[in-house]
This record gives sequence, structure tokens and C-alpha cells, in this order.
Amino acid sequence: MIHPIPPGTRDILPDEMRELRAIESSLVGVFDEFGYGQVATPTIEYDEVLKEGESRDTDPAYRFFDERGDLLALRSDMTIPIARLVSTRFRDAEPPFRFSYIGRAYRAVSPQRGQMREFMQAGVELLGAPAPAGTAEVIEVLCKALDAVGLNRAVVGLGDADLYRQLLTEVGVEEDAADMIVARLAAHDLVGIETEVDRLEGLDPAARKTLLRLPAMRGGAEVLEQAHELGGDAVERATQRLQSTYEAVAAKGLADRVLLDLGLLRDLGYYTGAILEVYDPALGHILGGGGRYDGLMKRFGSDLRAAGFALYIERLHIAQAEEERVARGGPR
Amino acid sequence: MSPRVVAGPTGPRNSEEMTIALPGGALWGETLDALDAAGIDTSEARSDTRQLTYAAGDFTLVQMRPSDVPTYVEAGAADLGITGKDVLLEQRDRALYELLDLRYGACRMVLAGRSGDERLGETERRLGAMRIATKYPRIAERWFEETGRQAEVIEVKGSVELAPLVGLADGIIDLVATGRTLLENGLEVREDIAPSTARLVANRVSHKLRAREVDDLVERLRKATWT
Repeated sequence: MIHPIPPGTRDILPDEMRELRAIESSLVGVFDEFGYGQVATPTIEYDEVLKEGESRDTDPAYRFFDERGDLLALRSDMTIPIARLVSTRFRDAEPPFRFSYIGRAYRAVSPQRGQMREFMQAGVELLGAPAPAGTAEVIEVLCKALDAVGLNRAVVGLGDADLYRQLLTEVGVEEDAADMIVARLAAHDLVGIETEVDRLEGLDPAARKTLLRLPAMRGGAEVLEQAHELGGDAVERATQRLQSTYEAVAAKGLADRVLLDLGLLRDLGYYTGAILEVYDPALGHILGGGGRYDGLMKRFGSDLRAAGFALYIERLHIAQAEEERVARGGPR
Repeated sequence: MSPRVVAGPTGPRNSEEMTIALPGGALWGETLDALDAAGIDTSEARSDTRQLTYAAGDFTLVQMRPSDVPTYVEAGAADLGITGKDVLLEQRDRALYELLDLRYGACRMVLAGRSGDERLGETERRLGAMRIATKYPRIAERWFEETGRQAEVIEVKGSVELAPLVGLADGIIDLVATGRTLLENGLEVREDIAPSTARLVANRVSHKLRAREVDDLVERLRKATWT
């Protein structure tokens, strides 16, 4: 008899499970080494609690009622449950807090390889450690975690969630128009940015050039210099925070591992300041991401400033397989 | 099994050629012209073979249906792609970078009804919803949602002009270039939904890790198609 399972879910058989377990144990080794104690939280939470994240694309997708009529939801990531845990269970403890996790989360994505509706995430959260030192520590753990699973060609994209919006404010774009432009950037639509920018009235030609060029600026340290040359003080102010994060990361000897990206935006609503995305040259999808969420803990009644990252375990596994194929000289 | 360490430099794999997914059909000719003008040798792609992939200097060109281009590029099977804005609007949840308006292949997405026939308005008024046949169900649903109207969107795969002629639908939403096909079938444009031209798109990872090569091609194509 054939019995189906819901779309976006899958069974894992022993051969695959062995390899996934090896990845998990390599990651846990790194998390332990940096003092990130592993925690687990319930897969189901009160919908109300998860809504504190206010994220557009990762709203919980699976909701149901329990026997008392309370609305529950399957978590869509681990950051919000950990924010809840810290604000509830560590109210009187002395920060900083370092936690790691490996757990399942759920999103209503269209299923494809490496993107299922039920998926495993592994990551860390560092709470109570402000930028830039806290951010640099998280990036260091991330790079070591990638090395530990053999993905030493993987690169961490580093951007700033508020950079482009601040630049729009600096050059005098009004809020409604800025919202439209930021929405185009979030959709990775550089053609749309140009269309929206050209709708602005009375925009200085130099500011126009800066607004159009900046989202495509990505690379090493030279990117910040090029941006300053392009846009002067306005860009200087908008990129200050990114610059200080980059310097802290470079001080840890990780400059080669980081790709500065002035056009980076992540679709999770709670990010403020530094944002991260992880790329491996052998795989067309991002391996994970993260960043600072200094404002999120306030919604849980604490003022801890925090940063973290999450890696998709299944994608790490696919990237390992693809890297092996590349190393053997096989087709992509 | 312990994870395998792969030797190699951190960063982009510059040694490998980039793959570009190209749209067969109406955009094919102008796409090859644009690539030629950008200094990419398309002679192999123009030769009359039945191949699907062609070598072109630093690039591998792959020919496919325009609506498949986002699929290949999102998955990273192609680093870059060229397809119509209509395709991108219909598949708007794809995680791709839209890098450049190539300005050729201009056409419009329109709502059309039978010429001199008030059936569209009448069914909306009396039956509460228009029936619209289209190959672009998501663009159509979004258009009616944005304009606050109800419609029954009927997805068809072949000639969409047929639907209102035989009474399957009251109107159509489709891409028109010159409007000749509409005219020949007794249809006329009632509403303009969106303009469309050919666009250059990139895979999210290729856009980051092969930034220099991607930007170089963007500039060459911009010069080739904007002058």
C-alpha cells in the first residue's frame, strides 16, 4: 500500500541520515568550542508569541487549535522561540547569553531540492553582546562551522539592513517613495529600483547615480571606498556601521571570508544593522543567513542586543555533495 | 562518513565558464543580436543544429522556453538568463536578481474583449464576475485583486484568442506586440496592465560570487541594447 505524506515533507533513510548526523555533530563541535550551549524549544508555540517576530515572508504557515481552543503554530524559525526563552527563563541572569540549536522549522514554500516545508536549521544566538564585537563573534563561529562541514569555499555576504533606507533619507526621499524603492530592493529588482528612482521629482543627479549604483556594489574592502567616492558624506554616514562591523571581522583575520554587499536585504522583518547570507560556489541557493536583531528582544520585554545565524542542514548536505562533484571534475 | 574537505581558493570559481539561459521563440533572434553586439560569439547558436547548448567563448548558452528561464536560473543550473518581463511577473516569487532592462521584445500585457461587444461589463454587472481566459493566471488574479473586481480566471495553454470566440470566456488577458492577432480575431484592448520587455536575470549566488563577470556582462549588454 502506498500512503502519501504532505507536500514539502520527506522521509529520511539511514544512508542520508548518517551523513546528516555527521554534519550535525561537526556543527555542535564548533558551537561547543565557542561556548554556545545547545537548547531545544517546542516545535509548537502560541501563535501570538511567534507573531512578535512580525516577519512578512516567514509568518507561521501551519496553525491549529489545541483542546482548549488556543491558537498554536509550528515555528517558522528558531530565533523567535529563543528570544522568548531568554526573556522568560533568563530574566535575572547576567548577559551575555550564548545558545545554539538544531531543530526543525516550517514554512509554506514551494517545495524543491533543499527547500522543503519542514526543514532542519542549526545556528547560534548571541544575546547581550552589542555590535560590532558581537557581530564579529557570530561571523567567526559561522566561518568555523562552514569549515567544520568541509565547505571552506563558502563565503559570508555581509550587509546592513538599514543602509539603503538611511541613504534614501539622507538624499531627501520621502517615506512613501522610499518604501516603494526598498520593496524593489527586497525583491532583488534592480530594474524596478531605476524605474522608481526616476519617478522621484527634484532628485540631484549625483544622488540618483548613488541610489542606482549602490545596490550592485559587492566585493572586498574596496567596495566601501568606492561607495564613499560615489556618494560622499551621505554614503559615509549610511555605511558607518557596516564599516565598523567589517573592521571587527577583519581583525579576526576573516576579511577574505566576507563579501561586503551594500545591496543586501533580508526578508525577515526583525533584522536591524548587520545582515548575513551564506553562499557556496557549488550551489545556487543560499546556505543560510542571519544578522543583528537589536530591536526584537524589546518586543519580549528585554533590551538585550543580539545577533545570530541559521544554516539549513539539508542545503549544507547538498553543497557537500556538489563540492565533491566539482572536486572530481564532474558536470555541475 | 566524515565531511570531505575540498581544496580550492575561497571565492568565485573563475575558471569555469558562465551559463546563460536564453529564451527560444519570439525573443530568440533579438537575444542573439544583443549578445553579438555585446561581443559574445553566437555563431554556434545560430548554426542550424538541433543542439540545446552552445559554446560561446567564456559562456555556455542554453536555449529553452522563456517560461523555463527563471527555473534554471533560480536553481543555479544557469548563472544568468534572459526572458520577458511577462514571465517574471507571472513567476514573481522566484528568488532572482533582475539586473537589466534589455529594451527589446517590447509588448504589453492587456485585458481584451470582443470589439463593440459589451459582454465583459454585462457579465460583471449581472453575474458578479467576468470570465477571463489567460496563459498568465497569476498576473490576471493580481490585476483583478488590485482593481477590486471579481473574475473567474480560466487558464488555457494554447491560443487564448479562441476562448471568447466560442464562449469559454468573456475576455482575455494576454501579451500583445502589434495587436494584429487581436484584430484578426475581432478583439480589442480594454485595459493596459503592464508593459514588458526582455530582462537580464541572475542567480542569487552567482550574482555575489561572480560579481565582476556578472557586472561586466551587464555593462556590455547595456551598451549593446541602450544605444
